[in-house]
Amino acid sequence: MSSLRIPLSPSASFPLAGKRDESSPLIQVAGLCKHYPLVGGGTTPVLHDIHLAVAPGEFVALMGPSGSGKSTFMNILGCLDVPNAGEYQLAGQSVAQMDHNELAVLRNRQMGFVFQGFNLLQRSSIAENVALPLLYAGIGKAERRQRAHELLEQVGLVHRAEARPNQLSGGQQQRVAIARALANRPPLILADEPTGNLDTQTSGEIMALFNRLNVEQGITLLLVTHEPDIARYARRLVRFKDGRIVHDGEVNV
Amino acid sequence: MSWHAAPAEAWRALGANRLRTGLTMLGMIIGVGAVVLMLAVGEGARSTVTQAINEMGSELLLVSPGTSSSGGLRLSSGTASTLTLKDAEAMTQLPTLSAVAPVFYSGAQLAYGPRNWNTTVYGVTPDYLLVRSWNLESGQPFMISDVLRSTRVALIGQQIVQSLFGDQDPLGQTIRIKNLPFRVIGVLERKGQSLDGRDQDDVVLVPINTAQTKLFGNLFPGTVRFITVQARSMGHMEDAEADITQLLRNRHRLAEGVESDFTIRDLTAVAETAAQSAQAMTVMLGAIASVSLLVGGIGIMNIMLVSVTERTREIGIRMAIGARRRDILLQFLLEALLLCVLGGLVGTLMGIGGAWLVSGLAEMTVIVTSSSIALSFLFAASTGVFFGFYPARKAALLKPVEALRHE
Repeated sequence: MSSLRIPLSPSASFPLAGKRDESSPLIQVAGLCKHYPLVGGGTTPVLHDIHLAVAPGEFVALMGPSGSGKSTFMNILGCLDVPNAGEYQLAGQSVAQMDHNELAVLRNRQMGFVFQGFNLLQRSSIAENVALPLLYAGIGKAERRQRAHELLEQVGLVHRAEARPNQLSGGQQQRVAIARALANRPPLILADEPTGNLDTQTSGEIMALFNRLNVEQGITLLLVTHEPDIARYARRLVRFKDGRIVHDGEVNV
Repeated sequence: MSWHAAPAEAWRALGANRLRTGLTMLGMIIGVGAVVLMLAVGEGARSTVTQAINEMGSELLLVSPGTSSSGGLRLSSGTASTLTLKDAEAMTQLPTLSAVAPVFYSGAQLAYGPRNWNTTVYGVTPDYLLVRSWNLESGQPFMISDVLRSTRVALIGQQIVQSLFGDQDPLGQTIRIKNLPFRVIGVLERKGQSLDGRDQDDVVLVPINTAQTKLFGNLFPGTVRFITVQARSMGHMEDAEADITQLLRNRHRLAEGVESDFTIRDLTAVAETAAQSAQAMTVMLGAIASVSLLVGGIGIMNIMLVSVTERTREIGIRMAIGARRRDILLQFLLEALLLCVLGGLVGTLMGIGGAWLVSGLAEMTVIVTSSSIALSFLFAASTGVFFGFYPARKAALLKPVEALRHE
């Protein structure tokens, strides 16, 4: 398997997750810079010359103080924001050349997001929330329902399928968000402080779920966190400080 | 997003804030309702005029005598007695005309048994019924032989039946007109009001010779008040007018350059003017009602803008999980469209109800046509698209990262 193909059908499992050799990374970032314009002219730099490669199947924790640029970096990796300079390749495709439609398809098929604040649609049921990425992928109603059922089974919330998000506990809501992130079987999950709003025990449960997804399904995980306890679940640690990577290696927290 | 899933999403979004949705829709309801009602009122007025025109008869020309002068003082047109039965007879030879109906009329007192009534008695020929497209409800019309023999027979209008006979059958009865006995041989169909508001059913028709010789003493024997003629077709109107002018000028021995002693008026033209003004009223009423529809549309834009701002975070979430710009655009556009179509539906029902009320209370002819409903519906939908587009576009162009950060 020399070239990397993005599966056209989201229901086809991603062929390379967890099984690729280290030489062709899932994420390849080189010379990435990001700065924001200031009111009244000038810019404030956020990211300087970032180089990073993440192989399929890795579990990476991103740490750093507030304002160190780790969240901005995650947004760029998630194709929610664009860099000012530098190269970003996701699964061998150069993201910089893509228009907003292609980026939307990329977000839909190639990655799943898990946020600190869960970000579920309050008006929709749990099952509908989970099936939403499938809706945007153009998948039919019957298949959406079946897939949502499978996903909820995976996170142990089938019995709450018809509930609204606000009827669930924080931990349960985050599990729904994880199920949603898995909907189109993406090779990559980006989690931005997923346990930030949860107590220690629930945090442990969520991290165990992440770990299982990484080990059993070979899903690549990038996780931003403040907490050393959470970072310890990862197998690689990248530390940010003042918009630069200051540590990239083993988890030494 | 698939097309059939989007309306359900839009429906749910509207259901999330029912009061706001209802109030926004109210603008649309009033707008569409007003358009439907106003078009119905206008259409009703137009049909009233059209009906009056049809009852008057079509392709008609009215030939009346010119003005007389008394000591240099011009009197009103029709006062001279220059048109005669002979003129009318000569006109029947013109190929451009299909019917010629000379009329001599005057007021007279009628009596039947103990009742009496004052009305206008028209001396006419059988052609008169033809040009006025007037049918008999019962009985027989009189013949040309009745005209020639000056028989005392009469056709009476509905108003006369009511005033003199009540529930009795007037056919074959003898009424007295200026104390002369006339046999009623026919009853005219109801005509209603003319365009100028006269009651056309308050009339008695008798043979013209009878009227001239027996009923009303005539200062100038053989003259008529006016001649109504019918052209062969709409296309023959101008030719007919020219033919009549030439014929009458010859017969009246009018030299070149001398003013005609008669006037010819195109009755259809008069009626068409009335129809056009009714049409203009429909357009004007519709335009006024459209303003309220416009205001309703602006209300929708306003609410959709608020909705986009409120749901910025939702838009961000949707974008993060793969919604394209056109998915977001479609979602908000559909919400606006749904507001308008639902509002349009209720508004149409309200408009129909209003039209029904108006026709009942104001005794006006009000006609709700399917085309006016289709028009207002189309208008409502295009209002939705037009006013929904800007907010929807605003939502679609949000940057994912900024939308997600929105509180």
